[in-house]
Amino acid sequence: MISGYLVTILITIVIYAMLAHSLNIITGHAGQISLGHAAFFGIGAYTSAMLYTEAGFPFWTSVPLAAVVAGIVGALLGVPCLRVRDDFLAITTMGINFVVEAIFLYIPFFGGAMGIGGINLPKWFGREMTKPEYFFLILVVFVFFLLLDRQLGRSWIGLAWASIREDEQAAGAMGVDVVRFKVLAFILGSAIAGLAGGFYAHFLTFIMPQNFGFGQSIVILSMVVFGGIGTRWGPIAGAIILGVLPEISRPIMEYRTLIYGVLLLGMMRFQPGGLLGPESILSKTFQRTIYRLVSPE
Amino acid sequence: MLWQQLANGIAIGSVYALISLGLTMVYGILRILHVAHAGIYALGAYVGLFSFRLIGNFWLSLIVGMAGAAIAGYFVERLLYTPLLHLPRIAPLIVSIGLFTALEEAFRIVAGPHTLAYNARVGLGDLSIGSFHLTETQILILLVTLAILIFLWAFLTKTRTGLAMRACAQDPETTSSFGVNVSAIIAVNFLIGSAMAGAAGVLIGVYDNQVWPTMGSIPAYKALAIVVLGGLGNIPGTVLASIVVGLAETFFIGVLAIPFPRDAVAFVAMILVLMFKPYGLLGKA
Repeated sequence: MISGYLVTILITIVIYAMLAHSLNIITGHAGQISLGHAAFFGIGAYTSAMLYTEAGFPFWTSVPLAAVVAGIVGALLGVPCLRVRDDFLAITTMGINFVVEAIFLYIPFFGGAMGIGGINLPKWFGREMTKPEYFFLILVVFVFFLLLDRQLGRSWIGLAWASIREDEQAAGAMGVDVVRFKVLAFILGSAIAGLAGGFYAHFLTFIMPQNFGFGQSIVILSMVVFGGIGTRWGPIAGAIILGVLPEISRPIMEYRTLIYGVLLLGMMRFQPGGLLGPESILSKTFQRTIYRLVSPE
Repeated sequence: MLWQQLANGIAIGSVYALISLGLTMVYGILRILHVAHAGIYALGAYVGLFSFRLIGNFWLSLIVGMAGAAIAGYFVERLLYTPLLHLPRIAPLIVSIGLFTALEEAFRIVAGPHTLAYNARVGLGDLSIGSFHLTETQILILLVTLAILIFLWAFLTKTRTGLAMRACAQDPETTSSFGVNVSAIIAVNFLIGSAMAGAAGVLIGVYDNQVWPTMGSIPAYKALAIVVLGGLGNIPGTVLASIVVGLAETFFIGVLAIPFPRDAVAFVAMILVLMFKPYGLLGKA
C-alpha cells in the first residue's frame, strides 16, 4: 500500500490544488485579483473545527457547513470589494486576510494563539477513516469541482466572467450584470476554499491562526500563477510542483524559500502566462507536436 | 502622557511616510504595487549598518545606506519592472512578491538570521521639557524626515525634472511627445524613492537598535495600506495617511490599551476609509 509519508503529501497536494482551483475562479476566470484567499481557507477550517469540537457536529455536516459559512462571508466581503478595483482590490483583500488572522489570534473564543485541537478524521462504517481512504474522498470531491468548472466554462456564467475579466466596462455596456457575476465568483471561490479548509482541519487534527496568514495566500496565488492563470490544469500543475518541491528539496532546506522566491520571479519575468498558459514554451511545443502528428507532411 | 504619545506617534508616522512615499511615487508613474520596496528598505538598513561598522560615522553610513538602496531600486526597475509593463497588472505584482521573498532569504543567508545591533552615536542628545521627553533617535527621525520632505517638495515643484516627473505621473505618452525622456524620469523616480526607503531602514535600525532579515515584512504590507489610505499615487495624501496611522497605532494600543494587534490597525483604517472613499483620503477618481 501507499506509505504514510506519501499519503500525507498526496492529501496536502489535493488540498492545495483545491485552493488554487478556487482562487483561479476569482482571479483567473472573473479577473478579480485576490491577495487574501487564505482568509476563506481559514474561515472554513475554523468553522468546521468549532462545529466539530464545540457543537458536536459530525464531519459529514461540519465540512459542508464550513463551505456554506465561507461562501456567505465571501459574499459579504465581496460586496464591499466591488466598490474598489484592480490594485485597490488587491490591497483590500490583503487587509481582509490580516484582519481575519488577527480575529482568530486575539479572540479567545477561537482558541487564540494555541489554536484548536482534537479534530479527528471522519468516521464511516463504524470506524475511523484511514488516510488513504481520506485521500480518495477529497480526490473525488476535487474531481467533481473540476467537472463543474468545465460545465461553468461552457455556460453563460463562464462567458460573463470572461467578458468582465477582459473589459469590465464593455461587459456592463453589453448588458452583463457585472455585480452579480463578480459576487458569484467570490461566493463560489470562497466556498470551495472553505471546503478545503474543512478537509484540512480534519486532516491536520490541529489548526492555528498562522496556518491561514498572508503568507499562505501568497503560496496559493503562486501556484495559480506558476501553473498558468485562467487555465484549468495550470493551477493543479502549480499545486503539484510547488507542493512537491519543499519535500524533494529537503537537502537544500536552507535555501528553500529563496528558490521559491526566485522561481516565482523568474517565471513571471520570462513566462508570464505560466507553465500551461497560452503563450508558454510548453504549450507551444505541445501544439507543434500535435500539429506534426495530425498533418502528415 | 498625551503629548508623549503624540511625539511617539509622529516619529513612527514619519518613518512610515519615508517608506510609503517611494511606494506611492512608483505607483504614480508605473502603476505597479512595488511590494519589494520593503526589501529595499531592509537592504538600506543592512548597507548602512555594515558601512557604519567600517567607517564608524553615523551620517556617512546614512548616506551610504541611501545610495545602496537607490542603486538596488534602479536595477529592480530596469531588469524586472520595465520589461513587464505591457502585461496585466498582476505580473509585476507577483514578480515583486517573489523578489521580496528572495531578498529576505538572501539577507538571512548572507548576514545570518540574528538581529544585529546598530548602535550608532548620532551626537544630538535628548530633549526634555517638563514631563515631555524626546529621545535622541526620535529627534533624528523627525529632522531627517523633515529634511527629506522639504527636499522632495522643492524637487517636485521647483525643478524642471520634478515638473517632468509630475507630468509623467499624469500622462506618460503626452509627456514623451513634449520631448521628455520618460525612461530617464522613471529611473530618477526609482532612485529617489529607493533612497528614501533606505533612509527609513537606517533610521529604524538606529531607533530600535537592531537590523534583522525580516524587518521589511510588516512595513511591506503596512506601507501598502498607508499608500491606499492616502490615495494611490497621491504624495500629500500619503504623508497625511502615514501620520494618521502612526498616531492611531500609538493611541489605540498605548493609551486605550485595546488588545488588538498593532499591525492590523492600518488595515482596519484602510478598509473603513475605502468603504466611504474608494480612492483613499485625498484620492480622486
